[in-house]
Amino acid sequence: MRGLIALLLTGAVLMTAACGNIQPWVKPYERDRLADPIMAWDRDAISSAYLDHIRESREGSRGASGSAGGGCGCN
Amino acid sequence: MRGASAHRIIGRVAAVAALLLIRATCADVLPDDRADLFYSKYSGGGMDITGESALVRKNFTENLAVEANYFVDKVSGASIDVLSQASQIKDERIQKSGTVEYVHDKTTYTASVISSVERDYRSLTSSFSLKQDMFGDLTTLSLAFSNTNDKVGENNGTALVPIISWLGHAESQSYDIDLSQILTKNLIAGVNFNVITDNGFLANPYRSVRYLDAGTPKGYSLGSQVYPDTRTSTAIQTEAKYFLPYRAAITGSWRYFRDTWQIVGNTYELDYTHPISNIWILEGRLRYYKQNHADFYSDLFAYANEYEFEGRDQDLAAQENYTIGAKATYAFLPNGWKIFKRATVTFDVSRITFHYLDFTDIKYYGLPQFQPGDEPLYHFNATVFQIYMSMFF
Repeated sequence: MRGLIALLLTGAVLMTAACGNIQPWVKPYERDRLADPIMAWDRDAISSAYLDHIRESREGSRGASGSAGGGCGCN
Repeated sequence: MRGASAHRIIGRVAAVAALLLIRATCADVLPDDRADLFYSKYSGGGMDITGESALVRKNFTENLAVEANYFVDKVSGASIDVLSQASQIKDERIQKSGTVEYVHDKTTYTASVISSVERDYRSLTSSFSLKQDMFGDLTTLSLAFSNTNDKVGENNGTALVPIISWLGHAESQSYDIDLSQILTKNLIAGVNFNVITDNGFLANPYRSVRYLDAGTPKGYSLGSQVYPDTRTSTAIQTEAKYFLPYRAAITGSWRYFRDTWQIVGNTYELDYTHPISNIWILEGRLRYYKQNHADFYSDLFAYANEYEFEGRDQDLAAQENYTIGAKATYAFLPNGWKIFKRATVTFDVSRITFHYLDFTDIKYYGLPQFQPGDEPLYHFNATVFQIYMSMFF
């Protein structure tokens, strides 16, 4: 048990240290392609939601069909 | 007068739409003001559904935006359920929603309320989401929660003279965790995780089970569906989008779903986007979906009340469907006009082929060659057409 706690603490310390040093490996000036409108997860949210509604009305599955969005870092 | 489960998702889908509309934008700066007009038509399985929608979004400050959406859809026709047991459908649903978005530094807060009203169904959804950009904006984490309260009724009259009996209430909570990650200069990936819990009256009052009954000319009788009054579902989707060398994008996704009714579903999608100069954006997509049936589903029960829970709703049947779709977006007013900076108009058409693997087409019954349970499996094609105009100002 002590070994496990030590391992978790070591991992937490390493992760914390790593978080402080994370540098974007794709620089902001390298994100022009990601900022292109064709790279948006969902360009037409109303339309996508309408299609989701049609599908969910006829299928047993539901949820998780939305894209995570954002993240293009284009600002 | 449509399926209860279908009604229940309306608020949830609308909530996701409201959140997506905001999350579709890039990050910490509010997008342009906009106004959208939307028209859609669904035809398939004997049903015609038209939808009309208007949306207005306005930024009041650099940090605060408000959005309002009004949606009306009208249903008419006769589905397979109607042909086998009831009168034709004619119904209208009105949905109103309001959304407030607030941006502070790298965090976006969104709250929305959606109301959906039709004569035999009421639904109210409230939702809240939080989006955070991290690690040099390479990572975006989104958390969302929504709560839906429904009042479920049944029209025992006619389409023109409705007599509504209120059967019960249902409520659901939806929890989302979405992660989007930039992997390279050309590749972005996402993982979406969702849990939904329902409780209350979850059955569709307009659909029936059937069971063998030698005492009737048809050889079977119809009875009421009895669903469990709770349901919990889990879905996870992974997706990736890649920028091709000649300025086009390809997207692939896979979603895995399972719930406490023992439905397991898999969805695969492939999407290709191709711009032509800065005027047109063309898009093609393919989708395949397959599920097994719920554990209390049967196309034909052996006798009345054979089990505690019984359902014969086609949503619960084993099925697969294929979708092929195309979309074209045309950008106009590149130099603006009056208050508008730019505008787009989009045409979208999808063709969906549904195949049911253990849901039979009982409207065929009566022909001498079919005994109960031996009817052909049900299948149908549907066409979904959408046209919408977006004006940015």
